[in-house]
Amino acid sequence: MAALFQAPTAFSSSNSLDSNKFNHSPSPRSLSERKSSILTVRSDARSNPLLNSAAHKPHRFITNAVATKPDTSLASTSSKPGHELLLFEALREGLEEEMERDPRVCVMGEDVGHYGGSYKVTKGLATKFGDLRVLDTPIAENSFTGMGIGAAMTGLRPIIEGMNMGFLLLAFNQISNNCGMLHYTSGGQFKIPVVIRGPGGVGRQLGAEHSQRLESYFQSIPGIQMVACSTPYNAKGLMKAAIRSENPVILFEHVLLYNLKDRIPDEEYVLSLEEAEMVRPGEHVTILTYSRMRYHVMQAAKTLVNKGYDPEVIDIRSLKPFDLHTIGKSVKKTHRVLIVEECMRTGGIGASLTAAITENFNDDLDAPIVCLSSQDVPTPYAGTLEEWTVVQPAQIVTAVEQLCQ
Amino acid sequence: MSFSATNFAQPRPVPVEVRSNEKPLSSDSFRFRGPPSFLGSPHSLRFNPIPPFKLAIPHSQRSNASAVTHIANGKMVKSSANLLITKEEGLELYEDMILGRYFEDMCAQMYYRGKMFGFVHLYNGQEAVSTGFIKLLKKEDTVVSTYRDHVHALSKGVSARAVMSELFGKATGCCRGQGGSMHMFSKEHNVIGGFAFIGEGIPVATGAAFPSKYRREVLKEAGADQVTLAFFGDGTCNNGQFYECLNMAALWKLPIIFVVENNLWAIGMSHLRATSDPEIWKKGPAFGMPGVHVDGMDVLKVREVAKEVIERARRGDGPTLVECETYRFRGHSLADPDELRDPAEKARYAARDPISALKKYLFENKLASEQELKSIDKKIDEVLDDAVEYSDESPLPRRSQLLENVFADPKGFGIGPDGKYRCEDPKFTQGTAHV
Repeated sequence: MAALFQAPTAFSSSNSLDSNKFNHSPSPRSLSERKSSILTVRSDARSNPLLNSAAHKPHRFITNAVATKPDTSLASTSSKPGHELLLFEALREGLEEEMERDPRVCVMGEDVGHYGGSYKVTKGLATKFGDLRVLDTPIAENSFTGMGIGAAMTGLRPIIEGMNMGFLLLAFNQISNNCGMLHYTSGGQFKIPVVIRGPGGVGRQLGAEHSQRLESYFQSIPGIQMVACSTPYNAKGLMKAAIRSENPVILFEHVLLYNLKDRIPDEEYVLSLEEAEMVRPGEHVTILTYSRMRYHVMQAAKTLVNKGYDPEVIDIRSLKPFDLHTIGKSVKKTHRVLIVEECMRTGGIGASLTAAITENFNDDLDAPIVCLSSQDVPTPYAGTLEEWTVVQPAQIVTAVEQLCQ
Repeated sequence: MSFSATNFAQPRPVPVEVRSNEKPLSSDSFRFRGPPSFLGSPHSLRFNPIPPFKLAIPHSQRSNASAVTHIANGKMVKSSANLLITKEEGLELYEDMILGRYFEDMCAQMYYRGKMFGFVHLYNGQEAVSTGFIKLLKKEDTVVSTYRDHVHALSKGVSARAVMSELFGKATGCCRGQGGSMHMFSKEHNVIGGFAFIGEGIPVATGAAFPSKYRREVLKEAGADQVTLAFFGDGTCNNGQFYECLNMAALWKLPIIFVVENNLWAIGMSHLRATSDPEIWKKGPAFGMPGVHVDGMDVLKVREVAKEVIERARRGDGPTLVECETYRFRGHSLADPDELRDPAEKARYAARDPISALKKYLFENKLASEQELKSIDKKIDEVLDDAVEYSDESPLPRRSQLLENVFADPKGFGIGPDGKYRCEDPKFTQGTAHV
C-alpha cells in the first residue's frame, strides 16, 4: 500500500481553513476575538430529530462573522463549558467511550494498534484495551474487511479502519457483496454491525490515488448507511451512533479536518445517523454541503452576507440516506438550491441529491438546482492544479449570485 | 489396518524425514505403503495409486507435532478392534451422504421441471468431504461454504425442507427465499453461506473464527472453543483472498480449517492449466500451518484427518489447510454441458464413488446389513418427497417482504420529506424477519 503518513500537523499551516485560528479556543461566545470567522458553527446540540422545527431564533451577528446558531436549551445544559479538543481526538473519545461501554466493540486496521493510527484516531487504545481488541492487521484490505464482516456476523462489533479511504477500493468486493447484502440474502438472520471508517477527500498535494472520494462509489450499495463528519462535535456523535447502529455504516472523515479544534460537551451525546445539520439558517438560498466543503461554504457565506445575501447552509451529514425532511423544509423556504461537494461531478453525491430534490420538491424550486462538484479529473499533484479541481469559495459566491438573480 | 484409530489417538512426533520444509514432499515420501485397506479390496480399480494422505508441516511447528502427525507405522493389521467407526457412526455417515446425494439428484429433477431457476451447483461425488468433516462438528461450530453449498447446509443440520424451499424461492426457505441456491444461511446451525463469488467467503470464515479467540482472550470466556470450517475449491486457491487469509489465520492462530475441495475443474478450466504448482496442500507450510492432502473420495480417511485438525483448532493450536482430492460427477452447474472433461477420468472417479465405498466397508466389516442400508435409502426418499411437497405448498414471498431485511435497523432507509422515518410509513414494512 502507499506510504504512511503522519498525522497532518503539516497540513494545518497551509490549510485553507486558517487553522491557526482554531488553536485558540473558539467558544461561541468569544467569536469577536477571532480574526477570521469561518467556523465551527456550533451544530445543533440536540440529538433528537426535528432540527428545524424551532422557529428561527434571532441571530447574533458579530462583526464579519457568520451567524451562529443561538444556544438552544439543550446546548446550554453546558453550564459546564465542555472541553476542547481536535477532531481526531473527538473521534477517539467517541471510540473509546463505546469500547468501554461494550466489550464486543473492537478495531481492526493497518497500524491502528501500536502506531496509534496514521491520523492518531486510535492512539493509546491498544495500550488500554490490548492488541486483540485494537488489531494491527497485515496489508490485506479485502481480507480484513471481510474478516470484520464475519466477526460482526458472529457477535462482535468491529470498526474497520481504512488507512486512507481509497484503500478500501480493494475491499469493494467485501463491502458491496457481503457488508451490504448479507443481512438480506440471509433472510435477516445475520446482522452486520460494522463501522467502516477512514480519511478520504482531497488533501494537500497527496496525489490522485490518495485523494479519492469513495462516497460516490459506495452510494449505490444497498444495505449500508454513509455519514460524513465535519466538526469535532458531529465527529464524536456520529462515531458513537455508527458503533451503536445495527446496520453497517461507512463513516467518511476528511484528511484536512483532523486538526479542527472545537469545544464539545462533557456529557455523553449521540447524534442521529439519518439527520442533516442546520449550520446557518437563512432565507435566500439553500446551500447543501458536507465534509470539508462545509468550510468553503461558510467562508463564502461570510462574503455573501457582506454582499447582502442570506444563505441557509445545511451540512447534510447523512450521505445515504438523505434527510429529505430537513432539506425539503429548506427548499420550501428558499426555493433555490446550491449543492457544494467535493465528490466528482459524474455520479457523485451531488448528482444523487439533485435527482432526489427534483423528484420530491420540483414544485418548490424557482430555479434549476446548481451543483458545484470537483472536476472529473484525477487529482493532480501540483498545488495550483489541485486547487482548480476542487470547489473554491469564490465559485460558491458566484454561483449564489447567479442563482439569486 | 494401516490406518487404525489408535494411531491417531496417540500422536507421536513425526520423524524428520517426512517433514522437511526444504524438500517438498512428493508422493513417495508418505509413510504409507500399499493401498489403504479399508476400502475393502487391495485390488482397487484406480489407475493411479493415490496415497491416503500426505502431510507437510512447517518448521515452526515440528515440536507441535502432536497435531496432525501420527502417521501410522506402515503395518496393515486388519482386526475388528481396529475399525475406524462404530456401527452408529457408520450409519450416520451413510445416511448423511445419501441425503446429500439424493437431495442433489432431486434438485436436478426439480430444475428441469421448472421449479427452481438460475445457477444451481450440485455436489454429487463430493459427499465424503462434507460428511467427513461436518459430522464431527458441534452445533456452535461454523461452516462457511461457496455456491456449492446445499450439502454443507444439510450436513450441518439445516432441514431438507428449508433448503428445498429456499431453492424454490418460497418464503419458508432458510433465507426466506431471498438467498437462493448460492446463499444458504442458518443462524441456528451456524451456516454462514453460501457465497456467489469464489473466495469472498474465506475472509468471512476467518472473521467467524476470530470471535472464538476474542471471547477467550478479551471477554475471558474460558470455554470459547468454536471452530470454523471454510470450504472452497481448487480454482479459489489461485485467488488473493485465500492467501491473505492463510496468513492472518496462521498469524493469529485462529481456530479455522481451510478445506480445499479439489475437484480438478473450475467450470471448464483444469486445475493443472491454471496453477503453477498444483499441489495445494504444500501451500500451508509457506504460511506457517500444516498442509494435509487426503483422498476426498473416502469418507473414513477424510474423517480421520478431520478429527485431528478440528481437535488441533479447538485446542488453540491454530489453523490447518486440508486439500481433499475429490470429483464432481455432474457439470459445474446445471447449465454446464460438461464437454471438456475426459469420459475416462469421469469413469475412474465414478468407480470411487464415496457412497459405494462406504457401503462396501460397512458390509465387509459387518457393521450394517443390506437391509439396514436400504431402509435408510427409503427413509431419505421419503424425507425428500416430503421436502418437495412442503416446498410446493409453501407460499411465495409477499410484496411486504421486499424491504424488510435490507437493514437490520430499518431507520437506515432515512427520513422522508414529511419528517417521519420512512420505515414508519405504512407502505414500508418494518421489524426483523421471522424466519
